[in-house]
Amino acid sequence: MQIPSPYDMIAIGGSAGSLPVLAELLEQLPVSIDCTMMIIVHRLKNVPSDLDRLLSLKAPITEPEDKQPVLSRRIYLAPQNYHLLIETDGTFALDYSEPLHYSRPSIDVSFASVAAAYGPRALGILLSGASKDGAAGMQQIIAAGGTGIVQDPASALFDTMPLAALELCPEAQPMSITDMVHFLTELKMSAEHDQ
Amino acid sequence: MIKEISNEELETLVSLIHRQYGYDFSDYARSSLKRRFQRFMGYAYIGGVNELSDRLLQDATFFERMAQFITVNVTEMFRDPLFYKTLKDLVLPRLATYPTIKIWHAGCATGEEVFSMIILLQEAGLLERCRIYATDLNAVSLLKAEKALIPLKCMKDYTQNYLQAGGMEDFSSYYTADDEHAVIHSALRRNIVFFQHNLVTDQVFNEFQLICCRNVFIYFNRQLQDRVLRLFYDSLAPLGYLALGLKESMMFSEESIRFEAVSAVHKIFRRKS
Repeated sequence: MQIPSPYDMIAIGGSAGSLPVLAELLEQLPVSIDCTMMIIVHRLKNVPSDLDRLLSLKAPITEPEDKQPVLSRRIYLAPQNYHLLIETDGTFALDYSEPLHYSRPSIDVSFASVAAAYGPRALGILLSGASKDGAAGMQQIIAAGGTGIVQDPASALFDTMPLAALELCPEAQPMSITDMVHFLTELKMSAEHDQ
Repeated sequence: MIKEISNEELETLVSLIHRQYGYDFSDYARSSLKRRFQRFMGYAYIGGVNELSDRLLQDATFFERMAQFITVNVTEMFRDPLFYKTLKDLVLPRLATYPTIKIWHAGCATGEEVFSMIILLQEAGLLERCRIYATDLNAVSLLKAEKALIPLKCMKDYTQNYLQAGGMEDFSSYYTADDEHAVIHSALRRNIVFFQHNLVTDQVFNEFQLICCRNVFIYFNRQLQDRVLRLFYDSLAPLGYLALGLKESMMFSEESIRFEAVSAVHKIFRRKS
């Protein structure tokens, strides 16, 4: 069954302290919603990573390859050591240019491309992190008519990332983890109701 | 926040550059090209696309600066260590059966992957028999590659990569260091030639047992990827090897039927005879 959602893309960014939150969100995930989810977390490079497998225990997740079509009801994880972008023709594009905020993948890069590709049908979520990556990207998502949600800084293990986003984007809504879970579940409920 | 470049503005810029300077970016992947232009405008304090166009029309030096900036020159030694380990285990023993081994590094940037390769070949006892052709679009990168200067601050990471790749020696025995740079020993580099080659327009120039073109395809659209895959097919000896970046795929190209995977995970392919 396909369930319409107000969003075609939910992009989630996080860094230090974001993994437990991600795991919790994914557990509550509205997988039956007809939209794509993309996760950008700062990761070490050039070391074997089990992150996609760890997160896959909660929900099936894939690391996209270049030119792979973006499908709905899938969860994608930005691969190590690449920036992840989306082309307007609905395919993934990878980029190996210099890191931004010392990070590749960078949340700003992905969020900016999500804003350009999805406009008002994009939802950006920023979690705990010890860098300012993601704030400028969230500003672009909101400027393009999309929605921004930020983990309540008080509940974040590292509050630099959520604080930077809230400072730059007054329109972004701070939420506790419970509220975020509730928001995503509501999304699913209202979508089911619309059916 | 710098104003987003629109798709129309991007096309205008691409055709202006093609007309004025002969560089054809029309088959480059749009999202990252747009991002490069955007970043360049920030870096060069250019307020808008009109101003950028004016500068490009009037100032060839400015164009050279921009071309240098927008073509991505980021690279690492032994990036993806397990790729190199796989190359050493699966490919080098086959290459060892040839009296002369010809290798093409297409899109070599400042040469870090080439230097990784020669170290691997040296440890396999093959370097003496190898001829390595390293090409890039970007002349400034090639000049840097010829000097083999590597920022010293990167060497700690590269040493880790080297060890993970199965390196057998003391990594520091391959270079000398001053305060800022490591220089790869020139004796190791004697079989490398660096020269300019544009994958968009240039043709076959030799026949190779191995072509490495890692993380270059991601900047091309599917048409250009197809063209370059045909160029590589024509440039490979029968059963010659092709290595792409870890997240680059042949799956979306019709040319893929002319290659078989040697390692699907590490993106090592082989030309079918």
